[in-house]
Amino acid sequence: MDRQQTSDSSGTWQPKIIAFFCNWCTYTAADLAGVSRMKHDSHFRIIRVMCSGRVDPQFVIDAFARGADGVLIGGCHPGDCHYMEGNYKALRRFHLLSRMLMSMGIEQDRFRLEWISASEGEKVRTVINDMVRRIRALGPLRLPAGLAELDGELKTREEEILHV
Amino acid sequence: MSEQNGEIRIGFYVCHCGHNIANIVDVAAVARYVAGLPHVVVSREYKYMCSDPGQELLRQDIHDHRLNRIVVASCSPLLHEQTFRTATAKAGVNPFYFQMVNIRENVSWVHEDPAEATLKARDLARAAVRRVAAHKALQPKTVSINPDVLVVGGGIAGIHAALTLANAGKKVTLVERAPTIGGHMAMFDKTFPTLDCAACILTPKMSAVKNHPNITLWTYAEVTKVDGFVGNYTVTVKHKPRYVKEDLCVGCLECIDACVYKEAKVPDEFNRGLGKRKPIYIPFPQATPQVVLIDPETCIAVKSGKCKRTCVEKCDRLAIDLDQKESFDEITVGTIILATGFKTFDPKRVSYYGYGRYPNVYISLEAERLINASGPTSGELILRDGRRPKTVGIVHCVGSRDKNTHRWCSRTCCMYSLKLAHLLKEHSGAEVYNFYIDIRAAGKAYEEFYDKLLEENVHFIRGRVAEVTDWAVIPEEEGKLIIRVEDTMIGVVRRIPVDMVVLAVGMEPQSDAQEVRRLFNISCSTEGFFLERHPKLAPVDTFTDGIFIAGACQGPKDIPDSVAQAGAAAAQALMLIDSGEIKLEPNTAYLTEQNCSGCKSCINLCPYHAISYLDDKHRASINEALCKGCGTCVASCPSGAIHQNLFEDEEIYSEIDGLLAERSPESTAV
Repeated sequence: MDRQQTSDSSGTWQPKIIAFFCNWCTYTAADLAGVSRMKHDSHFRIIRVMCSGRVDPQFVIDAFARGADGVLIGGCHPGDCHYMEGNYKALRRFHLLSRMLMSMGIEQDRFRLEWISASEGEKVRTVINDMVRRIRALGPLRLPAGLAELDGELKTREEEILHV
Repeated sequence: MSEQNGEIRIGFYVCHCGHNIANIVDVAAVARYVAGLPHVVVSREYKYMCSDPGQELLRQDIHDHRLNRIVVASCSPLLHEQTFRTATAKAGVNPFYFQMVNIRENVSWVHEDPAEATLKARDLARAAVRRVAAHKALQPKTVSINPDVLVVGGGIAGIHAALTLANAGKKVTLVERAPTIGGHMAMFDKTFPTLDCAACILTPKMSAVKNHPNITLWTYAEVTKVDGFVGNYTVTVKHKPRYVKEDLCVGCLECIDACVYKEAKVPDEFNRGLGKRKPIYIPFPQATPQVVLIDPETCIAVKSGKCKRTCVEKCDRLAIDLDQKESFDEITVGTIILATGFKTFDPKRVSYYGYGRYPNVYISLEAERLINASGPTSGELILRDGRRPKTVGIVHCVGSRDKNTHRWCSRTCCMYSLKLAHLLKEHSGAEVYNFYIDIRAAGKAYEEFYDKLLEENVHFIRGRVAEVTDWAVIPEEEGKLIIRVEDTMIGVVRRIPVDMVVLAVGMEPQSDAQEVRRLFNISCSTEGFFLERHPKLAPVDTFTDGIFIAGACQGPKDIPDSVAQAGAAAAQALMLIDSGEIKLEPNTAYLTEQNCSGCKSCINLCPYHAISYLDDKHRASINEALCKGCGTCVASCPSGAIHQNLFEDEEIYSEIDGLLAERSPESTAV
């Protein structure tokens, strides 16, 4: 898959972060940050889901594969989930997925889970600014070449199997 | 992909929102860019998309260009998604063929660089255009609504909401955790600006609640559990033991006289500890219900069993039950109004004002009780040390407008301080000083009341008080409390000796507001008050459908505002009830049976027990009526057999893809 490099008008590389925010807490907090005119870095894009529990690990992998330099999941604080415990499910998946991503060579700072309640507009700003800063320091995500080899190998095997 | 008319025809609209969006985002560039995307037939910019002409534009385009998908880039979907869905539906297109792009709260209001903001707006628009192509036509779920209402909190807001609903013929259960309803208002002496007596206007409403055939009043009770959703809530209420049978007690109070304690010894909560009560007591003469209760902490019989139980003997109605245990009730209601009120700021947090150290420093509520005819001193202004004050200082903004405590203005303190100044002067003839930052007298007849006080020779000194001390430096200050303040009108630090200090404490959220919020699945705003759905357009709604808020639990409020909000909350509840059924967002999960491997991994994930396992078919089955639409099961199904309406995998992948897709050459030339 082709990865697109983003640069701003002056030609410097800018990170691309995909943020999955739950409707009830973090998305509302982002709205609050807006209403409160809390200026923050623009290099992230929000996708609204009803609950952080809806974030399929494949969404995260897909985002990285399509060129995201970072993925942020925002959910309600433990005990506050609008759906009682969806955020705990998100947390479970997060730990497993983090390890998997690291083994693929995707640095820990590129994948983040944050609990941000509807009242924490300020936290949206802090988290986003911090994440952008860390990813700027890491530079663009270069999926390891080994993965491409792995892809090739899989393809060959698949063809072998199909031909047998 | 569902293609209603064979071909996907998207209309895209980017809103200027006056200058709100257009000042930062180059809306024309966004519209031009989107016009070049696949399936986009119409791409326009417009000043106010939510206005009538904006919606008419949409309708006309749907008609003229046979559009079957609509994308509007404007404010947050939490604000106007419904508006545009309705407009889409009115033009004959399924409302769920609509997608909203948030370029105001998420873009123009939070980013400063126009080029970056425009780029982001385009990315978001492109994602939505791709997403909407994958949308499906859906029908909103409808559920019936239980017409009964629960009101939590029996202060003026809860009382007013309950009476409004009950008068409209609805069955209301009012739950109050104190032994009586009345809340803070019952403690006030008089109310500003009219100076009518608080009890005279409140107690008739309290009695009306007690006597109303449509109201079930449960005092000394707390909600412990809430299940269900709009239209169908199941609520568990705990009744704390009063040790008195409420249905038998007639409030004759003979048991109180009969108590083995001859003198009242226990600090009385209603009078803020300024008076005393016995272990068996009634909170105040007009308490509603008129039922005594026993405080288990101080009653000898409850504590140790070693008591002559004279109260039990005295009660010929056999109402006293020293073995009473807490009990639980479960009720079903369709809507809930929370009117749980506020807490006064604890002035011990600002130790420099000497509260708790100097006996003659009072908080405003204590001052209310001191001048109240039914208060601990029968309305005589007698201080804790037995003196009558000749000078009184009222310190404004205690725990308000202060970065060290609470930043907000509590809105009521200026006015109640003016009222107290008037009443204290009237009761004692004392010289009264007000120490204020600004006088905020915004309200009908409030400024006029302030003018009246100025004419009554009440002193006003502008400046935040630095300290209250008893350290006298000149003989005139001996035995007095000295208020140190910078008089900012004349630029001089002054020391004003007074006999009594009244701290005008601000309003803060109840100490258990966070627990209550969790119980009812609503949110709090930054300062900890309950969060309204929209600060202007939905001030009594919450993000949980069917749960409304009224009064000071939402933010500092005076009586007229609390009553107005209570009426509004009641009207919102009535609107739901009288519409007979509720339309729910159709974002439920569903299963494609042939793909289900019967692994059961989804079953335990569902907090609502909406998924069951069919033993005969070896497949899972989702009950859509129970599903609330979180999508957790969808994300965890290893076979991809579970899907979520409105948040289909395909829709979210299109969004991810759209956000990260290659940008056209034009986009880099912003």
